[in-house]
Amino acid sequence: MKKSMLRNGLLLAVFAFFCTALVALVNQQTFDKIKEQQQLELKRVLHQIIPATMHDNELVQHCILIHNEKVLGVDTPLPSYIASMKGIPVAIAIETVAPDGYSGNIKLIIGISADGEVLGVRTLSHAETPGLGDKIELRKSDWVLSFNGMSLLSESDPRWNVKKDGGEIDQFTGATITPRAYIKAVKRALVYVNANKDKLLTRPANCEVNYQ
Amino acid sequence: MNEYKQIALQGLWKNNPGLVQLLGLCPLLAVTATLTNALGLGLATMAVLIGSNILVSLVKTFVPKEIRIPIFVMIIAALVTCVQLLVNAYAYGLYQSLGIFLPLIVTNCVIIGRAEAFASRNSVLKSAFDGFMMGLGFLLVLAVLGASREILSQGTLFEGADLLLGDWASVLTIHLWHLDTSFLLAMLPPGAFIGMGFLIAFKNVIDKKLAERTPEPDVPEVTRARITKVS
Repeated sequence: MKKSMLRNGLLLAVFAFFCTALVALVNQQTFDKIKEQQQLELKRVLHQIIPATMHDNELVQHCILIHNEKVLGVDTPLPSYIASMKGIPVAIAIETVAPDGYSGNIKLIIGISADGEVLGVRTLSHAETPGLGDKIELRKSDWVLSFNGMSLLSESDPRWNVKKDGGEIDQFTGATITPRAYIKAVKRALVYVNANKDKLLTRPANCEVNYQ
Repeated sequence: MNEYKQIALQGLWKNNPGLVQLLGLCPLLAVTATLTNALGLGLATMAVLIGSNILVSLVKTFVPKEIRIPIFVMIIAALVTCVQLLVNAYAYGLYQSLGIFLPLIVTNCVIIGRAEAFASRNSVLKSAFDGFMMGLGFLLVLAVLGASREILSQGTLFEGADLLLGDWASVLTIHLWHLDTSFLLAMLPPGAFIGMGFLIAFKNVIDKKLAERTPEPDVPEVTRARITKVS
């Protein structure tokens, strides 16, 4: 009895060792590739929301961390990227979260120019209802493009609402919660950037992005 | 050779994991909103199934009966993690759209079921073939369900094929018709349930027709590949 327990235990340990070794090996082989894919994805998105003609620096290299639950919707620091032309900061790409979507957090990134104009907005990840709330993806609908060129006249700018609430932005048929949360998140980020422009844009890069 | 034919028949039709065994319904219903997602998950499941069947069959002689299940689970979990890493590295777009369902392959009962019922009792070659055929059977059900849901809900076929197969594949996308508002029922899980019901009913009708056509029971179903050999 004791012998078989020992034998089985050892056998399990051997199998655990080999299985772990296999996973470790594959992980090591794919680690760089996965990182590269994530970087490529990030670069692709950043390129979409801040036009390449506006800046001459590598956006992913000038990354700052912002920790502000009221603005960003989550209690963890999120990265932002500063675009500059000949050393002068011209725009910021700020990552933020809409915590009050229909199902879970909506992660988005917003490009804002130094004079407070929205350059572009993209959804990074979400779990909204397919067919209703997922129009926040550019793949499904060009709704996110309606933010392009918008700026904030005052903190209670009435244009920053869905049309149903008297604003200028389309709601989705059958899904109002999603665009409402989304607009609020973009607006919060914009208000924050406008108010802290000088501090943010001159902040030195302080988050580690392993860019190869 | 007849034995292999039997294995193929079991996997694809008689004992199809999707339509007959009804295993792995969670991913089956959740990711079949588009054909691309269905194919992606189907291929990943198939890869895991073949790999786990081969490994289980290889180690079956030195695995004592009492601890076989934890060892099978370890093997399957390791394989699923590897597949997940590989998809993440080489098909990033697909990784994003499959999301949580990729690691959830580990909970797909088809895999442990085949390890236990087939691979732990048969030769490596037969087990690999069984994994392939069961995987293919599952893949076909996923694909049929995915294609019909995609056509009904969005009016397209193979939307986002480039995520799975690379940039060239975007030419595969077929726009059948344009819908202003998508047909939600087909897009959401309840639609998948209904579609699945139709598929099963359809299979049963065919089986019944076949049975009627060959009334003489010359093969009294003893030859089923589910051999319960006591080792």
